[in-house]
Amino acid sequence: MTAAPDITVEGGASIDGVPLFAPLSLVLKAGEWTCLLGGSGVGKSTVLRLIAGLQTGATFDGTIRASDGQPVMPRVAYMAQDDLLMPWADVARNVTMGARLRGEKPDADRLARLLGRVGLTEHAHKKPSEMSGGQRQRAALARTLMEDKQIILLDEPFSALDARTRADMQELAVELLQGRTVLLVTHDPGEAARLGQTIAVMSHRSLDHCAVPASPAPRLVDDIEMLETQGALLRLLRERAA
Amino acid sequence: MKMGAPLAAAVFAILLWQGVVLFTALPRFILPGPIVVAETWWANRAVIAENTLITALEVLIGLIVGSALGAATAIQLASSRAVRVLVQPMLVFTQALPVFALAPILTLWFGYGLGSKVAMAVLIIYFPVTSSFFDGLMRTPEGYLDLARTMQASRRAILWQIRVPAALPSLASGLRLAAVYAPIGAVIGEWVGSSRGLGYLMLLANGRAKTDLMFAAMLTLGVLSVLLHLVVRKLTARMAGEAR
Repeated sequence: MTAAPDITVEGGASIDGVPLFAPLSLVLKAGEWTCLLGGSGVGKSTVLRLIAGLQTGATFDGTIRASDGQPVMPRVAYMAQDDLLMPWADVARNVTMGARLRGEKPDADRLARLLGRVGLTEHAHKKPSEMSGGQRQRAALARTLMEDKQIILLDEPFSALDARTRADMQELAVELLQGRTVLLVTHDPGEAARLGQTIAVMSHRSLDHCAVPASPAPRLVDDIEMLETQGALLRLLRERAA
Repeated sequence: MKMGAPLAAAVFAILLWQGVVLFTALPRFILPGPIVVAETWWANRAVIAENTLITALEVLIGLIVGSALGAATAIQLASSRAVRVLVQPMLVFTQALPVFALAPILTLWFGYGLGSKVAMAVLIIYFPVTSSFFDGLMRTPEGYLDLARTMQASRRAILWQIRVPAALPSLASGLRLAAVYAPIGAVIGEWVGSSRGLGYLMLLANGRAKTDLMFAAMLTLGVLSVLLHLVVRKLTARMAGEAR
């Protein structure tokens, strides 16, 4: 994989002439995790979907570009809150879905390696319905990695998991997505404080960049500075919503 | 599948039937009792078996052809907006026509034999299969489609690898409906013009006031339909995502 680029989003969006979010400027730094934090309906998922080139129902007036000048869309991999595993296909087929859809031959070695890294080697031939929520989300992470893209877009992928599984998944994701430009959209200040190398709080009117703990991500769940950041983020979220 | 409840229901229905016959004391050409019908069925088993085979064949061919046509139409409708705009109103309009009224003309077109009955069965199941599969194809979870688009999948790949498999449970419910409708289609065809089949046998028995034979043929048709329904149910269980 060649070096991941910076991604810059500049502009505002509206739905039928009603502003969804005011013009903003967000830079996803190359090879780092950027957390976009905000309440429901402020348009944070819209920002992610615009980068992914997906339909949003909103009109975007602005630009999205990569620092190397290459198109963004073909270089993104997407992971959502719903694991989006196809119920009729087993884990191996789900993880290699991208290659299949493009009519390419899936890389069997890479598949085996990735299943090993997410701890699902034994479950390769299980259907999604036979697995726990955490296992399913690990399969979704393996599918995202199988794509081997430089830009990873995560739309609240851990928010449906229980606390312990969520913490495990956060650590696994940071480990496996190293070197890629990651955007994590989340409504959880704790998650942003744990994982963000850049943290931006989004509201309809503004985008605020916040101070980030000095320790490297993923931060320990009881890291004092991380917990302080979490508190500060929550305070800012509530102020912006008022 | 548990057989206890349906069996109990059948026994209850037969007892009720026998009760009505005893109570009203109607002559057997008006309402024959279950015992008389059973005796008639046994005495005429060769004739009934021969005609059952004919009807079963018509139903089976009709079911296969109708399902294939219905599934193909649904895929065409789902893959092209132009086809949807052109064909969908036409499909709905054909449903407003009574299929029964077409039976005589089908006999004229496809002859007195197997062809017209198969055509009738096809006509009667085509719409339910098309419409339920089409509904399924248009209701693919948005998330699957988003994921596939970020994977640079072509429309064709999305259709065959995501929309079709995601719609198989809907196709299964259409096929199950079709299994119930197909025998009705075949029998309507036989009524309008034929010299063989359970529908023909029922009409013939009725004309000669052999009500017991009419009942025997009708119950045989009922059993045939139920068996067909059970077989189709079993065959589509995987498709419907049940037998996991």
